Amino acid sequence: MDDSARVEKAARQVVETHDPKKVPLREFLGACYDAGVSWVHFPEGLGGLGVSRGLQAVADEILQGAGGMNPFAINPIGHGMAAPTVLEHAQGDLAAQLLRPLASTEHIWCQLFSEPGAGSDLAGLATSAVKDGDEWVINGQKVWTSLAHRARYALLLARSDPDAFKHKGLTYFVMDMQAPGVETRPLRQMTGQAEFNEVYMTDVRIPDSYRLGAVGDGWRVAMTTLMNERSSIGGSSSVRGVGAIGDAVDLWAARPDLRTPVLRDKLAALWTKAEAQRLTDQRARRSAGAGSPGPEGSIAKVVSAELNQAVYAFCMELLGPEATLYGDYTLRDIGRMEDYRGGVQQRFLRAQANTIEGGTSDVLRNVIGERVLGLPGDLRADSGKPWKEIPRG
Amino acid sequence: MADTAVQEEALSPEFVFTSEQKDLRKAVRELLADRADEATVRALMETGSGYDPQVWARLGGELGVLGLAVPEELGGVGGTLVDQAVVAEEFGAALLPGPVLGTVGLAIPALVALGAGAGSETAELLEALVAGTRTAAFAAPEFGAAPQVTSTGDALNGTLSQVVDGGADVLIVAATGPDGLGLYATEGGERSRLSTLDQTRRQARVVLDGAPARLLASGAAAEKAIAHAQRVGGVLLAAEQVGGAQRLLDLSLAYANTRLQFGRKIGSFQAVKHRIADMFVLVEHARSTAYHAAWALQDGSDDPDLAVSVAQATCSENYQKVAADTVQVHGGIGFTWEHPTHLYYKRAVTDAALLGSAAAHRDRIAALVLDTAEPTGRATVAQG
Repeated sequence: MDDSARVEKAARQVVETHDPKKVPLREFLGACYDAGVSWVHFPEGLGGLGVSRGLQAVADEILQGAGGMNPFAINPIGHGMAAPTVLEHAQGDLAAQLLRPLASTEHIWCQLFSEPGAGSDLAGLATSAVKDGDEWVINGQKVWTSLAHRARYALLLARSDPDAFKHKGLTYFVMDMQAPGVETRPLRQMTGQAEFNEVYMTDVRIPDSYRLGAVGDGWRVAMTTLMNERSSIGGSSSVRGVGAIGDAVDLWAARPDLRTPVLRDKLAALWTKAEAQRLTDQRARRSAGAGSPGPEGSIAKVVSAELNQAVYAFCMELLGPEATLYGDYTLRDIGRMEDYRGGVQQRFLRAQANTIEGGTSDVLRNVIGERVLGLPGDLRADSGKPWKEIPRG
Repeated sequence: MADTAVQEEALSPEFVFTSEQKDLRKAVRELLADRADEATVRALMETGSGYDPQVWARLGGELGVLGLAVPEELGGVGGTLVDQAVVAEEFGAALLPGPVLGTVGLAIPALVALGAGAGSETAELLEALVAGTRTAAFAAPEFGAAPQVTSTGDALNGTLSQVVDGGADVLIVAATGPDGLGLYATEGGERSRLSTLDQTRRQARVVLDGAPARLLASGAAAEKAIAHAQRVGGVLLAAEQVGGAQRLLDLSLAYANTRLQFGRKIGSFQAVKHRIADMFVLVEHARSTAYHAAWALQDGSDDPDLAVSVAQATCSENYQKVAADTVQVHGGIGFTWEHPTHLYYKRAVTDAALLGSAAAHRDRIAALVLDTAEPTGRATVAQG
C-alpha cells in the first residue's frame, strides 16, 4: 500500500469508528491522533504516520468532508506551531505526554514571545529565566498573546543569560499556564474585542524537563515556531475570490445602490491584485511541492496583509455614511478566532493589525530584501554587544 | 484547449516547467546574449527596418522558436503556448527588435486559428512566418469592436493610423466587407514608418487605398481567429513584459549591491531595500498571471478572457512601475541615454498601451466577475 492509500485508509477508519457528527469533538480529534492523521508527517505513535506532509490534504479532505472540525480553528497555536516545535525539541517522553491532549483540543496552547519592549526585535526580550536546582524561575511580562485566557500550556521564550549576545542568551520552555504566579489580563484592541492578552509572570517555576532545546539555544527553537507561523498566516486560499476580496465582491453584489464607475474600477484593481497573489501562492506551493521552494513564497504575508487593509478600506468607501456605524464595542468572551470577525466595519478595523502581527511588513520587506534578494543588511546599533548593554526603551 | 486545435505534446502541471522548456530558455538566452546584446539593439534602433533579418531567420530556422505552438498538422512542431511564452519572456528581457508582437504574438496565432482548411496559400504563409523568412503584422480592433477598414472583396480601403510592426511583408487585417466581418491578407498599402517612443518596437501608418487583398476568413471564423490572436498575443506580450521587468529588477539589485553613498552600499538603506522588495513583488505577480494565462489558454483550465485580462492588467501596470522604480534606484545615471533603463522604460510604456490598456482589461475583468456577482450574505454590515 502506498503512503497516500495508508493515509486515506487511516482517515476513513476514524470517520467510520468516530463519526464527527455523533461523537464529542475531543473524542473525534483524539481518534485522529491515535490513527496518525493529526499531522501525517509526524512519527507513528505521536499523531502521525511518518509520511510526506503534503498528504495531510488527503486526510483533511476525508475528515472535514465527514463534518469533522479542523482543529486549527480551535487551537491554532497548539496545532500549527506548538506541535512541530514540541516534536522537534522536547526531551524524554514530554512530546508523548503533551501532543495527544493538544491534538484533541483538550489543551489549548498559546505563545509567550512578544513583550512590551521586544516586538520586531524579538531577540531583545527581557523576561528572565533563572535556574534554581531542577527548576527555572520566570519573571517578566508578555503581550499580544492569543488565547492565553483559555490556554493550558504556553510556548515561552525567556532570557537565561543577560551577559551573552542577545540571540545567544535565550532559552525556550513549555510553561503550564495554571502554575502559581501566572496572571493573564485581556488586552483590548481597537475593535473593542480582546483576541489577545497580557501575561504577567512572577516567580513562576518550570521544571527543567519542560525546557525545549539546549540552554541558550532558544532562538533556534523559536525559529521552528515562527517558520510555522508565517506559513499559517501567509498562505491564502487556493480558491478564487474568497477571504477579504470575497467580502468586497459580496458587498458589491448586495448593494447595487452604492455602485459608481470609479468604485468599480477600484474593486477590479483590488480583485486583480488578489488574483495575482492567489496565483503566486499556487506557484509557490507547486515549487515547494516539487522540493525546490522558490523565492515567490516569501511575499505572501506582506501582500495579503496590505491587500486586506486596502480591500476593507474599499468596503468602507463603498458604504459611505453607513461605514461610520458599528456593531458593538462590548467586550465579549468568545472562543474561536473567526468569531471576532463581526461586520465589515469591524473587519476593517481588525485588518489594521495585519501588517503588524506575525512580522511587521516593514521587517518582512527587510527579510525579502536581505534573505531573498541578497541586499546588504542595515547598520546595527546592537551588534557585538552583550544583551544587557543594548539600549532599550 | 479553449478554442484552437488540440496539441500533441502533454502539458506539465501549471507553473511546472519541463526540462525541455528550461533548455529552450537557455538556448534562446544564449543566442540573444550573442546577437541581441545592448550594443546591437542600440545599433538596430538606428536602422531603417529596425531589426536584423538574419537573426530573425535564425530564430525561425536554426532554433525554430517563432511558432512553437503551431500544431503538427499545420506544419509546426506541436509545442505548447507555454513553450512560446518562455521564448517571449527572453525576447522581452533582451528587448529583441523585430516583429515579435506582429508575427509571433498575433499573425501566427491568427493563421493557426484558421485551421487546416484555410488553403495552400495560407499554409505557405504560415510556414514562412514560422521559419522567419517572411514577417507579418496584424490589425484588428480590440475587444470585438468593428473595424474601420472596409473591403470590396478583393481590395481594402481605409487608414490604420498605428500598426505595430506595420512594415512587415504581410498585413493581416480585419475589415468590414460586403458580407460583414472578414480577415484579409495584403502585401500592399502605403506604409509610413512612425517615430516611436520605443525605438525597439516599430510602428507604421498604413494607408489602404484599394490595396489588393486575399480573404482568409469571414463571419464567425474571422471572429474566432481575431479573438484567438488577441488572446495569444495578450499572453505573449505579458510574457515579454515579465522578461523585461525581471531584467530591470536584476539591474536594480546589482546596482544597489555595488553603488556606495554615505560610505555604504545603497541597498543597505531601507528606503532603497523596501522599494526593491516591492519591485520583486510586482515581478512575481506579473510572472504568475502571465504563465497562468499561458496554461489556461493551453489546457482550458480557466476562462481565457479572464486569465488574459488579469495578465495584461497586471503585467502592464507592474512593468511600468518596475521601470519607473529602476530609474529611481539608479538615480541620475538611470535617466541618461547611455544607461539601458530608458530603453526598457519606453518599452514598458508602449507595451502597456498595446492590446488594450490595463484600465480596459480591468473593465473586462469587472464585467466578468463583478457585474455578474450574486450576493452570498457573507459580508455583513453593522447598522448601528
